[in-house]
Parts: sequence; structure tokens; C-alpha cells
Amino acid sequence: MNKPKVSFFDFACCEGCQLQIANMGELLLDVLGAIDVVEFREVMSEKWVGEFDVVFVEGSITTPQAIEHIKRLRARTKTLVAYGSCAAIGGVNGMKNNYKLEDIRKSVYGKDANFFPTVETKAIHQVVKVDYVIPGCPVYLPEVVAVLKAFLAGLPRPVPDNAVCVECKLNENICLYERGVACLGPITRAGCNSWCINHGNICYGCRGLVSNPNTKGAKDILEKYSLSVDLIANKMNMYNKCGENDNRE
Amino acid sequence: MSKRNVMVNVEYLTRVEGHGNIVVNVKEGKLETCQLQIVEAPRFFEGMLQGRSIFEAQHITSRICGICACGHTLASIQAAEDAIGFIPSEQTIKLRKLLLHLENLDSHILHIYLLVAPDLLGVKSFVPLINSHNTVVRRALRMKKTCNDVCDVLVGRHVHPISSIVGGFTKLPTEKALDDMLHLLNGLKPDMDATVGLAATLKFPAFARDTEYVALVSDNNEYPMLMGDVGSTDGIRKNKKEYKVLTNEFVVPHSSAKHCKLSRDSFAVGALARFNLNADKLHPKAKAAAQAIGLKPKCINPYLNTAAQLIECIHSLEDSIAIIETLKQTGINHDEAIVVGLNENKMIPVKAGSGVGAVEVPRGILYHNYEVDDKGIIAKANCIIPTGQNINNMEHDMKKLVPEILNKTDEEITLALEMLIRAYDPCLSCSAHFLDVKFVNR
Repeated sequence: MNKPKVSFFDFACCEGCQLQIANMGELLLDVLGAIDVVEFREVMSEKWVGEFDVVFVEGSITTPQAIEHIKRLRARTKTLVAYGSCAAIGGVNGMKNNYKLEDIRKSVYGKDANFFPTVETKAIHQVVKVDYVIPGCPVYLPEVVAVLKAFLAGLPRPVPDNAVCVECKLNENICLYERGVACLGPITRAGCNSWCINHGNICYGCRGLVSNPNTKGAKDILEKYSLSVDLIANKMNMYNKCGENDNRE
Repeated sequence: MSKRNVMVNVEYLTRVEGHGNIVVNVKEGKLETCQLQIVEAPRFFEGMLQGRSIFEAQHITSRICGICACGHTLASIQAAEDAIGFIPSEQTIKLRKLLLHLENLDSHILHIYLLVAPDLLGVKSFVPLINSHNTVVRRALRMKKTCNDVCDVLVGRHVHPISSIVGGFTKLPTEKALDDMLHLLNGLKPDMDATVGLAATLKFPAFARDTEYVALVSDNNEYPMLMGDVGSTDGIRKNKKEYKVLTNEFVVPHSSAKHCKLSRDSFAVGALARFNLNADKLHPKAKAAAQAIGLKPKCINPYLNTAAQLIECIHSLEDSIAIIETLKQTGINHDEAIVVGLNENKMIPVKAGSGVGAVEVPRGILYHNYEVDDKGIIAKANCIIPTGQNINNMEHDMKKLVPEILNKTDEEITLALEMLIRAYDPCLSCSAHFLDVKFVNR
């Protein structure tokens, strides 16, 4: 069997999701036995000119050059995976969209703003067709491995679409609302095994909203615990600002 | 030979974090252009922080960099606590020192094995080494994973730590967790010994350029990483609050990252700078390893930054074990666990102020500075990244190096330059996040 040609590319991001690959330990050698990684700038100098079977794209689109780059990449790629929150939902880069583009350009570039064009932050699917999504800031390694296995076996693997609360309950965490703290678990897509709550923090919504969030239920919880809606709105904004453009369409 | 033309144009330097180009132009033996161009797309973190709660700063700034997320976390927390006047407990400080050691270990191992070693072994990446040096690759991946596993126990994960926040930790290690970390770290020792053995066989390029080295310094016997004043080999010593004077940022036309200087044209931060200023405070085992590979202060060969990183790995491993053993003896006070979102409950009091964090992260001193209002909302944020401080020094190195190696082929010159930049372990996406960019000749 020919091993699939796989590559990793990054746009505006912290490269932490690619780094998760290096964090696999010796398991990485098994993965590299099953796929042929042909380009991965962060850790390899090799370059590839042909077509890709699978491309993992990390990062959001924030410049006109990046729009052209991702379009060219799409044309060479059979399966394009939006890898990590910045690619999948815009992630923290979306907070830039809270400001008027002209204002933020001027504040950063001063009178030379025109020399360095920037565009509203976009998730990858807002620019080109995306075939699969692995959300998370950072990606959850067991999920990455499960996706790779499913892909190699030719099996479908739906992106989880239940709320983080489901996994959190199974992990027997004390609900943060019981401690008087607002948490985005009730409306955020599961698949991370309630990673942050297990370690005493809240869910910040880094995996994006479930496709049909129970917003009424979420409001009821806030009312029950006398927490302000603004708190949640402000937290939502941290990872999910770009998603507002999906609703607009 | 002296009249030759050389054009080096490395677009998107590989095996570094972020996007940078090397451009060198030698015309008839005369160096006309010698630049490290940073072409990373800025992500406006400075702007994004404005208007957000000081309690969110750590979560957001951790996302500046996946490699040094724990470093950004610690600098951010230090600046935030300084701004609101919160004083962390002794236990919190010990755990933070442990986290910083783990950050340095993890990042240095990644750099030494996966980013630098391929050059020294004459291949393009670690992938060909899987066949030719299988035990070395396995050791590297095993060491990297162990660092990660210890971080998983301490703070949930290495990339964007979960439980380390303003005030302390949301989850404190149980007795079993302390034992687990000790077990993992003790298990790392044979691999660390083998790494020192490997380093002794690697040949680093010979090159020397005297420069000013800048690192945290202190009056006690501890190798300063988390706390201290800022000192230099040119005799500077200042409080971290004077970080702007210590970095003197200035804009150059060809780089989207600002340049820095202090007492002379450029200065260097990072493992070699720390070694040059504080080598006498290293753990005895680290001192012995430095002697074994012939590294002594003041070392002015930038390629040996990688060797200094190795020495620091041994120090961090030994001191991590010592910290955990102390914590085991005193026991963890679990009443200190912070419930996140206490800002929302107003339980950690806030006041208006300006705070500075200065922490030695893998690539050098990382400064965070926040100004907050009386509600703890960030009015202004500023971060000065180690790579940003080093870029000017890298260019000065390149300008000295190129004329010395003009007798080599274009490919050899290119590789020598790539290796020089890689030796600094640059983090280019970090360095481009907080800048004013000016293009004068476009």
C-alpha cells in the first residue's frame, strides 16, 4: 500500500497544535510508519511539490497573502483538515475582529498601515472548503490519533457534537456553577474529555459551539446562579468571535 | 576569492518557530546586504488584551506561543500580580519554579534533538535519522514526552497550561502526583547522561564574536530563572521595572520585529547568556557536564548556545527533583487551591497599577507589562520577547561571519547562516506579535 502523503502548514497561530505531534513520544514513529510526512516546516527542511493526500492546516487566515496561499494549497490537496481552534473556528485570533480593521491597523502600523495589509480574521472554512475539523486549543492528542486511525482504515469519524458537560459528568467533576463560577461547558463541543475542568479551570469554549446549542438552557443556568449574561458573552468572544460570520451567511 | 559574488536568499527558514527569511548579498567581495527578515503575520495580541480582565491575561498570552506557553504564562502572571499587588505564597513560588524548569527542559530537548542535531549530523530533518540513528530519535521523543507527562501532572498539559493562574494553582498536586513526577524525572536521568555523551561527539562550528550577554542576576546562590534583577556582562544591573531602558527597542525597515540594544550595538539573551552570567550557580552535575564538553564562561561562540541549553537541561532536571523532594517533606497545603473565576466573585482584590514580569524562558528574558484600572481591566499591554532582543545580535553575527567564510560554496555559506540563526532557537511568531512595523523602502 502506498502511504498517504501528508503535510502540515501553518497560518496565524502559535504552532502549538503542530507541536502536539512531537509530544506523542515514540508513538510518533508508529504514525510515521503509516503515513508519509512530506512537508512540515516547523521540524523539517524537506519540501514537496506534488499533490497531497492529507493536509493539516493550523492557524487562521489574517492577510491577503494567506488567502491566496490557502487557495493554492486547497487546489493541491485531496483532504484538507482544519487543525486546532485557530483553523477550525478562528480561535483567539478572532478577538481582533472586535476592533475596526482601520483602527487596529493604524494602532500597529501607524502611517505605514497601507504597506502591511490585514483582513478580518477568518477560520479556514470561511475561505476554502474544509473536509474535516479537529478543534481544540490545543488539539487533544487522543482525538488526533483516533482521527488518523479512522482515516487510515477508511472509516468515518464524526466530529463530536455533544456538550463538554457530558464528558465532565463522566469524570465526576463538581459542576463549576455549584461553585458560583460561569463555565462554557454547557454549549461547547465535547471531545477533549473536559480537559480544563479536570484541572480546576473552566471551559473557555475553545472547541466551538455544538451545532445546536441549548441557549435557553444556558440562560436558565445563569439565572439560577445569578450570573450575568455579559460574563458568558465576554468569554464566548475569546474563541468564538469568528463564528458570528457563519451565522450571518 | 575576495572579489566573488554571493547571493543567499533563504525564504521561510525551516526548523524554527515562525516565519523568517535570511537575505545576504555580497558583491565583488563586499557585503552589501545582510539581513534576517521577520515576515511573520502579527496577531495583535497587544490590542486584543485591551479591555479584558487581568485574570484572563494568562489564558490569552499563553496562546502567543505553543513552544513557550508555560514561559508566557509565568511572565504574564508575574506582571498581573505585580500590577494588582498580589503576593504569591512560598508554595506557589516553588511550584512555579518547577513549571519553569519543565518548560526549559522540554523546549531545550526539542531544540537540541529535533531542530539542531540534523544539521550536525548532515541531514535535513530528524526523519532520515529514524533509520540511521534510531536509538537517538527514540531517546529524543521519549525525553520530550516525559517532560510533557510531568507537565500534564503539574498543570494539565505543556501546550497552554491549565491550572497555573493569577493567585496560584487551580489544582494542587496530591502526594501521589508528587511521586509520579519524581518517578518520571528520575527515569529521565539515564537518557540525560546519554545526551551529554552524544553532545561530546558533536562538532559545533567555530566562530567568535564578543557581545554583551544579558540575563537575570541575583545575590543568592540560586541560578536565577523566575526572579531577580537584570544584569549584563558589561556590568549593567537594573530592576525589571526598567525593562524599556534595558531593551531600547528601535525600528528597522526590513523586519516586522523591533531590534534592541543596551551598552553596545547589540546584546544576546538565552541559555548562553545565563551560563555566561551565572555558571557558578549551576547544579554540580551541570557544572561537571560543562567541564566535560569544554564549555566555560565567557563563551562568545553563538553556535554553543545549544551546548549551554544542554547544561541547563541537567540543572533543570536536578533542581526539579530537589524542589519536588522539598514539597514532599513539607507537604502540599491544599487550602491554597484557587477557584478560577474568583475575579468574578471579587475574592482576589484588584487595584489600579502597572506591573512588570521578567522571567527567564528558554530563549531568554521575557518581559510582560500590564497597566490595569481599579476594576482590573487591562488598559495597556506590552510584551518584549527574547527572540526580538536577539535578532539584532543575530544580524551582527551574520555580518562578521559572512566575510570569514567567503571561501566556502554558496550552499555551505547558506547552511552556516541557517545553523547560526537556529542556534539562537528563535521563536519568530512570538517576536512579531507586538510591533510597530515600518517599511521605508517599499
